[in-house]
Amino acid sequence: MEMTGAQIFVKYLEDEGVEHIWGYPGGAVLPIYDALDTDAQKLNHILVRHEQAAVHAADGYARSTGKPGVVLVTSGPGATNAVTGIATAYMDSIPMVCITGQVPTALIGLDAFQEIDTVGITRPIVKHNFLVKDVSELAITLKKAFHLATTGRPGPVVVDIPKDVQNAKSTYEYPQEVEMRSYLPVTKGHSGQIKKAVELMLSAKRPILYTGGGVVLGDASEELTQLARKLGYPITNTLMGLGSYPADDKQFVGMLGMHGTYEANLSMHHSDVIIAIGARFDDRVTGNLEKFCPDAKIIHVDIDPASISKNVIVDVPIVGPVKQVLTEMLSILDKTEQKPDEKALAEWWEQIEQWRSTNCLRYDTLGAKIKPQAAVEALWEVTNGDAYVASDVGQHQMYAAQYYRFNKPRRWLNSGGLGTMGFGLPAAMGAQMAHPDATVVCVTGEGSIQMNIQELSTCMQYGLPVKVVCLNNGFLGMVRQWQEFFYERRYSMSYMDSLPDFVKLAEAYGHVGMRIEDPKRLKEQLADAFSDKYKDRFVFIDIITDQQENVYPMIPAGAGLNEMILV
Amino acid sequence: MKHVISMLMENESGALSRVAGLFSARGYNIHALTVAPTEDESLSRLTLVTSGTDQQIEQIVKHLNRLIDVVKVLDLTEGSHIERELMLIKLSATGEMREEFKRLADIFRGDIVDVTSTTYTIQMVGESKKLDAFIQTIDAGLILETVRSGTVGVMRGEKCLHL
Repeated sequence: MEMTGAQIFVKYLEDEGVEHIWGYPGGAVLPIYDALDTDAQKLNHILVRHEQAAVHAADGYARSTGKPGVVLVTSGPGATNAVTGIATAYMDSIPMVCITGQVPTALIGLDAFQEIDTVGITRPIVKHNFLVKDVSELAITLKKAFHLATTGRPGPVVVDIPKDVQNAKSTYEYPQEVEMRSYLPVTKGHSGQIKKAVELMLSAKRPILYTGGGVVLGDASEELTQLARKLGYPITNTLMGLGSYPADDKQFVGMLGMHGTYEANLSMHHSDVIIAIGARFDDRVTGNLEKFCPDAKIIHVDIDPASISKNVIVDVPIVGPVKQVLTEMLSILDKTEQKPDEKALAEWWEQIEQWRSTNCLRYDTLGAKIKPQAAVEALWEVTNGDAYVASDVGQHQMYAAQYYRFNKPRRWLNSGGLGTMGFGLPAAMGAQMAHPDATVVCVTGEGSIQMNIQELSTCMQYGLPVKVVCLNNGFLGMVRQWQEFFYERRYSMSYMDSLPDFVKLAEAYGHVGMRIEDPKRLKEQLADAFSDKYKDRFVFIDIITDQQENVYPMIPAGAGLNEMILV
Repeated sequence: MKHVISMLMENESGALSRVAGLFSARGYNIHALTVAPTEDESLSRLTLVTSGTDQQIEQIVKHLNRLIDVVKVLDLTEGSHIERELMLIKLSATGEMREEFKRLADIFRGDIVDVTSTTYTIQMVGESKKLDAFIQTIDAGLILETVRSGTVGVMRGEKCLHL
């Protein structure tokens, strides 16, 4: 049967199993919006209030489910507004397909109304992108887009569809298979290398597992947990890897890096074998590369060969999916005679426990102001540590990472790579849409929340019972912290003057607003916000926190992992 | 060290800009770049000359392989190979220089492919170094125009860059 491009698009998404699509209409996608009205049977479109939020919401959906997020925006400003969201997904390797409308093919290149070179603008921030010039190519191009977004190292793919292609007719059949000669992601790690890695890890005297977002993306949390338990080695997670290993487990030494724990960073620094899995030796993790882990031999498992030996030269590289590689490592461990060096390991743990005893995450609990750390700890208690937590970017993000102990993967949704303020609320919307009955929290600050505050309206329209926990210190806290440390306390433009009354603002949108100011009432009021009373309501919880509090521990830029500022 | 990296790409619009964009975004050098279709019209062959440490070159090759439009990559410098570049150079040729340029062109096995009463255009093929050497021998004031194709190359013997 002949269908229009717009109808093919809708049918294809349904055949692909897409449940939700986040978007915003405009001139160049009107045919698709019409087809959504006439043809969509299962596909649910969510109307956001800004295209950036559409992308972050799809991203939050993807992070919390593992399925690709899907976005639909118009040409020109629709596409450029989406760019920050696409770049955010790209930096964190999130599977996503973003469909952009384009001016009719006959007008491309003529500076038409709302024309922009979307393929050109998004090229550096996508895994791949397409401009569909012929309606007969539409279905297969969409298939390729989903294939690319979800396999290998995942990432966003943009498909730009001119308006005349949406109107043109063609026959449609769901393409079951797609083959791309230039794209063959690795499906299996090299067995010889895996064997070598296991030998090296068993010979270690001061080993550490350093694991990242790749374990979450590769759904390998279970295998990782088994491996760590089998070996009995300490394990640290990157910011992106939190939840891939239970934070409450005693082998877990906390997050590493710039705001990582003392014990995690020192264990890395003094280790003799690092087992890096799905992590990429980011500058926020390694600190000064010249001082990085001087004695360590490094095993690195990653699906992307370009991540290996990019920043740090490794000794045993393994390119492959972490799940498969870990499974093979486990089976070798089952068979081998070689065992971990128990005596050395006991001494190593003794050392680590000594580092751990500094209790580097302690903070003053006696002040008259609410400490942001206390707010996150209270949040953990009232949500039983089992919420989906989206965050924005800044001090509150680090507090959430440090004090909300994630025990499950896909619970922690944050913009680790790009560090996008404004990510939290829409990401929480996406997670809530995917898990309607779950507790979904957006931990944010009064700066970040204002970067996508308009989404309070979307939350009302779709009845999304997200809970916003706003750590409001009246400062762009992380900027203020750096200005305090490195710019002689010249707080240039970091003070947030003329803040709105967030309680009234929430109420104006039809939501529930609360303010918490008294440390003594923190837990009680927070528990109320998360009680069954507000189970179906969006609640904005404005917590007035200590303005002067800083995120510790901290590794200053240029320093090594062993050169931390503790308090 | 200088590397000649050759690749087969899908013959699609935008493929070249993905390669060029990768180099500019990651701060890698491109000394020369040339691209043209192959006998298989679905493929283009792109050759570029770059330089960097071994680690940088390894990253460049990995990142090129990661581009979806790039089908296959080969660093020709890894093995014994042949490099060639074509140059057209237009010289101001009057008086006794007409005879001198003719002799020089012969020595370098170049051909004079266009002649006017005041100019010669010489075509020359060879390794880049040879073309550099020819330019060195000419008084800079007499060079009117130079155009070079950029290096192309193949592996010696049976080793090929093909699908």
